[in-house]
Amino acid sequence: MKKLLVVLLSLLCALTLAGCGNGGGNGGNDTPTDGGDETVTVKLGGSGPLSGDAKVYGEAVRNAAQIAVDEINASASTIKFDFFMEDDMADPEKAVTAYSNLYDKGMQVSIFTVTSGAGAAVAASYDEDKIFAITPSGSSTALVYTDEKNFTGNFQMCFTDPNQGIASADYMAAKFADKKIGIIYKSDDVYSAGVYEKFVAQAAANGLNVVYKDGAFTDDSSTDFSTQLTAAKDAGADLVFLPIYYQPASTILKQANDMGYAPVFFGVDGMDGILTLDGFDKSLAEGLYLLTPFAADADDDLTKAFVAEYEKRYGETPNQFAADAYDCVYAIHQALRDIGVNSEYDFDNLYAAMVDQFTTMSFNGLTGKDMTWAENGEVSKAPKAVIIENGVYVSAD
Amino acid sequence: MKNLINDLFGKKNRARTISFLMVIFAYILIEVLTKSIRMSRLFTSLLVPTCCYIILGLSLNLVVGFSGELSLGHAGFMAIGAFTAVCVSGLTSSVITNETLRLMLAVFVGGILSGLFGLIISVPVLKLSGDYLAIVTLAFGQIIKSLITNIYLGFDADSMQFSFVTNELNLNNGKMLLSGPMGATDTAKISNFTSGFVLILITLFIIYSLIDSRYGRAIMAARDNRIAAESIGINISRTKTLAFAISAVLAGLAGALYALNYSTLQPAKFDFNTSILVLVYVVFGGLGNINGTIVATTVLYILPELLRFLKDYRMLIYAIVLIVVMEITNSEKMKQFFDKGKNSIFKKGEDA
Repeated sequence: MKKLLVVLLSLLCALTLAGCGNGGGNGGNDTPTDGGDETVTVKLGGSGPLSGDAKVYGEAVRNAAQIAVDEINASASTIKFDFFMEDDMADPEKAVTAYSNLYDKGMQVSIFTVTSGAGAAVAASYDEDKIFAITPSGSSTALVYTDEKNFTGNFQMCFTDPNQGIASADYMAAKFADKKIGIIYKSDDVYSAGVYEKFVAQAAANGLNVVYKDGAFTDDSSTDFSTQLTAAKDAGADLVFLPIYYQPASTILKQANDMGYAPVFFGVDGMDGILTLDGFDKSLAEGLYLLTPFAADADDDLTKAFVAEYEKRYGETPNQFAADAYDCVYAIHQALRDIGVNSEYDFDNLYAAMVDQFTTMSFNGLTGKDMTWAENGEVSKAPKAVIIENGVYVSAD
Repeated sequence: MKNLINDLFGKKNRARTISFLMVIFAYILIEVLTKSIRMSRLFTSLLVPTCCYIILGLSLNLVVGFSGELSLGHAGFMAIGAFTAVCVSGLTSSVITNETLRLMLAVFVGGILSGLFGLIISVPVLKLSGDYLAIVTLAFGQIIKSLITNIYLGFDADSMQFSFVTNELNLNNGKMLLSGPMGATDTAKISNFTSGFVLILITLFIIYSLIDSRYGRAIMAARDNRIAAESIGINISRTKTLAFAISAVLAGLAGALYALNYSTLQPAKFDFNTSILVLVYVVFGGLGNINGTIVATTVLYILPELLRFLKDYRMLIYAIVLIVVMEITNSEKMKQFFDKGKNSIFKKGEDA
């Protein structure tokens, strides 16, 4: 009886899953129209961590993309979006099932994945299935190309890890040329190790004085940084570069404060989000620099409108992930519009046309002006540095 | 004929027969379904990882259920099998072009190497018991993960290069096999459902052969009463080592199959959480219950995907379902109910 029951149960599971297939089909062929003669609805997919450790990023991306989609759908544009986002828990394994889910739903263009590890696992799938994808925040180069292959239709809205390292070193050479630099980084993290490697190389090329660069920690040792901080202090570092995510960074700031060590701290885009961390004393982040393409206090109209809408809906200040996601949706929309996608458009041609558009077009968004994309999928835009003053981002330039 | 039925479904072999029939039936059903109608991508993408976790669950059940030792480091063995398989597959990709052959070789080498580590680690580990053993296996899993996180391995036309902690490889137009925290990238995806199915059958065969043998009975005797077992001349440490090493081999097989199903693989995947996840599958299915492990793993692995429609509440509901089912299956009333049902079904078979 028990055995019979479990066999039946597993059968049921299998059949339910199988049932999901009927609604699917492949991403390119069906062209859903929106009732009207003029408008065309494009299925926009994407995956990100909506549960688990990196949840903050996934939600920021989903919220901002939703705002962009709602704005476009409410506008006069004839191109509308049907937007859906799946949870991948920032895990490569789950990213593959999330991708399969999106594929089954008939996704036609995608905002890819939010995190790098997850993105690397599905980059080849996007390439094989010829679905155009642009990631707001998956900064590893593995998302857009490998040593052997360029994923033609995979693009990035954010800087790649190597470019962040290089940009940071260049910024420091311009602004902090006389500082002694210490580095604390997470050696078992693709993102952190990637930025670190390029930063060290570029810092040497720029003649920066790096006095302490062995401040590696791993996932298992990310709760206590007294060793690294003491070593950095003893080495005389008066600027500490933190190419890490904001959770360990918050601990570092706290511990440095406790031991009376007050160098200039300098982060990259993973630091973004530190002000929204629960239970974090914001005063600790005063004077913290970060290199990010987006500052919520910028006074151009686009930023103001976006920040106001985001705060109204979600009750918090949008971070750079949100801004990148917002830009992704608008960049996709601009490309679709310029291709001339309408209700008669043959979606089989979409992939090639999107790639064509992205490598030739120029886009103005929240995170930069006149952005362009190289054929390998990397974005070219000017990095901005912000500094935290009185608990908000202020442009540092 | 009657003898055969009696043989297969008699008390002694009933569980074994049901295991094999269940797996074979599920395989045929899924194959027929995927060949005849267009299955969803989600469904097909879950097949291989489910097979991997079933093998892993069975492997852990051998240690936790049959040998009675709590191992919290099984992700470590999985990692050894996984990264070995990636390296073997990467190295031989130009020599062995047949994917099935390459997969077999990679899985085999992965299993063997993992088994060797199992053997080595079991020497200090099995001197301990209970909580101490659990903690040492936990540490072992972490060590494996940290080691792999720091390995840089690559090859080019002339040589194979290795460095530790920092990447000092100087490849001449070569290929990186392992690059530290980034793990393996750009792996050829050569695992398939049939290979997963065959590996499950092999795993079942190994486990049933073991537990029905003299060694298997010794393993269980040592679990139930160590002193009594020792008094009748059973070499406790040898029997436990045997179970542990075989379990490591099986975990290595699962890891190898898993690794070759994805284009990227990061060492961070094989952390403590993965070990615990598999332990949950095993406990859920019942310690020492092989069919239970297979079904529990399948259900628990697929459940979060089925719950996707719940959006933000998905993992919350998943956790609640876990608690509820654990409570139900462990309540005395339900047990009596199941036993009653079981007796009424199999009564005739035993009389014959």
